[in-house]
Amino acid sequence: MLLAVFSDIHGNRQAFEACLKVARAKGAERFVLLGDFVGYGADPEWVVETAMDLVAQGAVAVRGNHDEAVNSTTESMNNEAQIAIEWTRGRLDAPQRRFLAELPMQVADSDRLFVHSEASSPKRWHYVRTTADAAKSLIATPSHVTFCGHIHRPALYSMSVTAKMTSFVPKTDVPVQLLRGRQWLAVLGSVGQPRDGDPSASFVLFDTVSCQITYCRVPYDIVGAANKIRENGLPPWLADRLSQGR
Amino acid sequence: MPKSLVKSGAVIDGYTLGDCVHAGGMATLWTVTHPGMDVPLLMKVPRASEGEDPAAIVSFEMEMMILPRLAGPHVPHCYGTGDFAHQAYAVIERIPGTTLYKRLPDLPLPYEEARLLVAKIAAALADLHRQNMIHHDIKPSSVMFRESGEAVLIDYGLSHHDHLPDLLQEEFRLPYGTAPYMAPERLLGVRDDPRSDLFSLGVLLYFFTTGERPFGEGETLRAMRRRLWRDPYPPRSLRADYPPWLQEVVLRCLEIEPVRRYPTATQLAFDLAHPNQVKLTARSERMKRDPLSVAWRRRFNQDVKPSRVKSDVAEQIATSPILAVALDTEEGAAELNEALRVTTERILATLPSARLACVNVLKLNRIAIDKTLDEQGSNKHIDRLVALRHWAMPLKLDESRLSVHVLEAVDPATALLEFAEMNSVDHLIIGARQNSFRRTWLGSVSAKVAAEATCTVTVVRPPRMAAAKPDASVVWG
Repeated sequence: MLLAVFSDIHGNRQAFEACLKVARAKGAERFVLLGDFVGYGADPEWVVETAMDLVAQGAVAVRGNHDEAVNSTTESMNNEAQIAIEWTRGRLDAPQRRFLAELPMQVADSDRLFVHSEASSPKRWHYVRTTADAAKSLIATPSHVTFCGHIHRPALYSMSVTAKMTSFVPKTDVPVQLLRGRQWLAVLGSVGQPRDGDPSASFVLFDTVSCQITYCRVPYDIVGAANKIRENGLPPWLADRLSQGR
Repeated sequence: MPKSLVKSGAVIDGYTLGDCVHAGGMATLWTVTHPGMDVPLLMKVPRASEGEDPAAIVSFEMEMMILPRLAGPHVPHCYGTGDFAHQAYAVIERIPGTTLYKRLPDLPLPYEEARLLVAKIAAALADLHRQNMIHHDIKPSSVMFRESGEAVLIDYGLSHHDHLPDLLQEEFRLPYGTAPYMAPERLLGVRDDPRSDLFSLGVLLYFFTTGERPFGEGETLRAMRRRLWRDPYPPRSLRADYPPWLQEVVLRCLEIEPVRRYPTATQLAFDLAHPNQVKLTARSERMKRDPLSVAWRRRFNQDVKPSRVKSDVAEQIATSPILAVALDTEEGAAELNEALRVTTERILATLPSARLACVNVLKLNRIAIDKTLDEQGSNKHIDRLVALRHWAMPLKLDESRLSVHVLEAVDPATALLEFAEMNSVDHLIIGARQNSFRRTWLGSVSAKVAAEATCTVTVVRPPRMAAAKPDASVVWG
């Protein structure tokens, strides 16, 4: 089965729509949403509504730190993120907020694990920045492949049976076979706010039979998404950064 | 993994095992058959039971990732892989014959034989590098030859693929590979430089032409590290008749700093194909190793070297192309030759590692018997070589980046196309057909070349003249 995995959509309707279209065209049969549906972007209602529809049709979804912040004020965030979350809170209706509040922290599906930040302590929202961070997450789970996001920069780590690590920046559209003999941590780029220098939206396809993972990039209407952020009076940097991919 | 599964007569995923044809330290090789497949097949099975060297497992994982991605005549075709969850294996095409290892008792080989052999391996390496791969274990036992002549590189357990995770990245504390052939930068943990393969091929060429290994057979880290500062004995000090051009090629491959080696395997193959065009430098004359003072300076200045930027295999190859410019030094209009030079200069300016071949076709008469000497008695061939060099002079190219060639042919377009193909030319620059009755009548060389070449072709025209009304009866090219 071909999975399409999306992370860090962040209220960016233009980016999410473009990715869904490409994923469907490539034959994706099941959707996985790794959290952070809201925050930063100007279309939180549409994104959450779409996520709710997908989940009703069998998609897997987990909670991100921005989703949690909509319903609580404990999560510490930088100023711009905080402004965006407060704005988002006012936009969502009760069922949408409940959907976000009830999302699981992680979902294990066969020998795969889906989690927003990483597997060692998902509630602490640690970033996977280094090979050591990746090792910590891989040791915490028996899963063959862990999918996570949160850092907005694609990376692919593996750990051998002797606990030796490899790290790799995946090439767009080049499938990589995730060999059975080792454990893998697939860190996804962001759909709605890429930060790896490439402004196009990022998502992943994973073939559960051949165990091949493909990192995809999708061009989308950045100007439209940025204009909407400005029109809604959100911090301008949140609009500017979209075209810079950082 | 149940060991008993792998034996003669066993069936794994539809493949029936025949004989064990090789049992090495890392893997065993079996002949296999499969209903519906009538090509000779081999199954490679890693030694991967408890207590075995973990290197065997990781190397095999690397091969399983890489083999299905490779294509072309220089690699064994891969028909299927099985993973470690059940029974790890790779089924590959069985290349008939033996590896170059079998030639070791015949060393040293005649220079001409070694030249042709290594040129074929360089062509195979070029094709591999083009596929974003570095082999990292070039040695006689990794090289076979097809009946059609092409070199086939086998054993990808230590390889690096730029588009795939490098599983050997952190696996071993010590560099892993075949000590006598390992490039110095590998000892520093560098795994992403395709020029490491050119060093190994240089070791092979040195060994095959002198009978001696340039860095001995030492397997200890201490012995291996010597090559970071100590240069090998020049081949001419071992064999008095060693051709200077060959020493130039060998020692350039064996340069300690990768930037001083050939930038690409294609450029090495080019020199091996045109030994009389190899630019001889001080390397070719050397009879002794560097004085100890130089070697010691290298040894104790290791730390002050500038830090290395990560290299990208594809980018390195793309910036070191072979350009060819086709020139008509006899009848070509001066302004067209000037326009060709301007275009060539612009292309070269962005590509500091490119090399340029200036080509001229000496047109042979279809019927009459050609004379090498013209009416004045001077040698046409040499005159044209001189004219080509003269044309290239203003480009101020380092001699090692320039070569000149006069092809003798009845059909110039076919000759140029063949030259581009034989020499793996990446970009051909040619003048457009000019506005003369004779050209129109003969047909356009540039049009045929542009239409049929397998590389990029730039067709150059001189700057447009103001108010020149085209004659209605003339076809413009």
